[in-house]
Amino acid sequence: MREALDHWIFVFASYALGVGGTLALVAWSWIGMKRAERRRDKARGK
Amino acid sequence: MHGFANPARFLRIARVLTVPFLVAGLLLTGASLYYGLVYAPPERLQGDSVRILFIHVPAAWLGMAGWSGIAVASFVELVWRHPLAGIGARAAAVPGAFFAFLCLATGSLWGRPAWGTWWVWDGRLTSVLVLLFLYFGYIALAGASAREGGGSRIAAIFGLVGAVNIPIIHYSVLWWNSLHQPPSLTTGGSTMAGPFLWGLMAATLGFTLIFGGVVLARMRAILADVQAEARLRRKAEGA
Repeated sequence: MREALDHWIFVFASYALGVGGTLALVAWSWIGMKRAERRRDKARGK
Repeated sequence: MHGFANPARFLRIARVLTVPFLVAGLLLTGASLYYGLVYAPPERLQGDSVRILFIHVPAAWLGMAGWSGIAVASFVELVWRHPLAGIGARAAAVPGAFFAFLCLATGSLWGRPAWGTWWVWDGRLTSVLVLLFLYFGYIALAGASAREGGGSRIAAIFGLVGAVNIPIIHYSVLWWNSLHQPPSLTTGGSTMAGPFLWGLMAATLGFTLIFGGVVLARMRAILADVQAEARLRRKAEGA
C-alpha cells in the first residue's frame, strides 16, 4: 500500500535549501570579493 | 575574444555587470519561486511536489553548465594561454558544485514523494553524483596549483577530461532504464504545460543571472588577490 506523504514538507525543504544556499553563496562571494579588493587597494597604498 | 584577455579591461566590464546580474537574478528568482510556491497549480499525478521543479531544474542546468564553462575555459587556457580563462574556470567551480549539490538534494527530496525512494543508483543520479565529485577534485586541484604559485595546466586538463561526463548525464535517461523522466524540454519543443513552463524559464533565467554575478564576483576576488600578491612581492624585493 502506498503511504500518504505530505508533499509540502518536501517542497518547503527544497525551497529552504535552494533559497538559503543561494543567498549564502551570493553573500560569501560578495564578501570575499570586497575583502580581496580592499587587500589589493591596501597593498597599492590607496 | 583576445580583447578581453586584458585584466584591466575585464575588470572595467565586471565592475559594471556584477551588481545588475546579482540584483536582477535575485529579483527574478524570488518572483518565480514565489509563483512556484503560491500560484503554480498542483500537477495531476505528482500533486504539490511538482513545485520542486522550479529549483531542481535550474540547479541541474547550472550544475552542467558550470562544468561546460570550465571545459571551454580550460580549452581556451590550454590553446591560447588566455590569462583570464583559468581564472574564469576557477571562479565557476564553487557555484557549479553548489548547484550540482542542490540538484542532487532537491532531486532526492522530490524522489521520496514521487518515486517512493530517496535515491536509486541509476544512470542519471549516479552521473550527477560523479559530476559533484569531479567538482570537488577540480576545486582541490585548482586551489593547490594557485597556492603553489604554479600554472593551472593540470586543473585545465582535468576540466577538459571531466567534460566527458556532461553528455553522459544528458543522455543517461535515454541510454539506460531510469526512474527519472526523459527530457521535457528539448530543441524540438516542450511537453510541459504552460503554467509550469513559463515559471520554470523565469526561474532558470534568474538562477543563471545569479550564477553569472557570482562568477564575476569570484573572478574579481581572484584577480584582486593576484594583484595584491604581485604588489606585495615587488615591495618586498624593493626593500
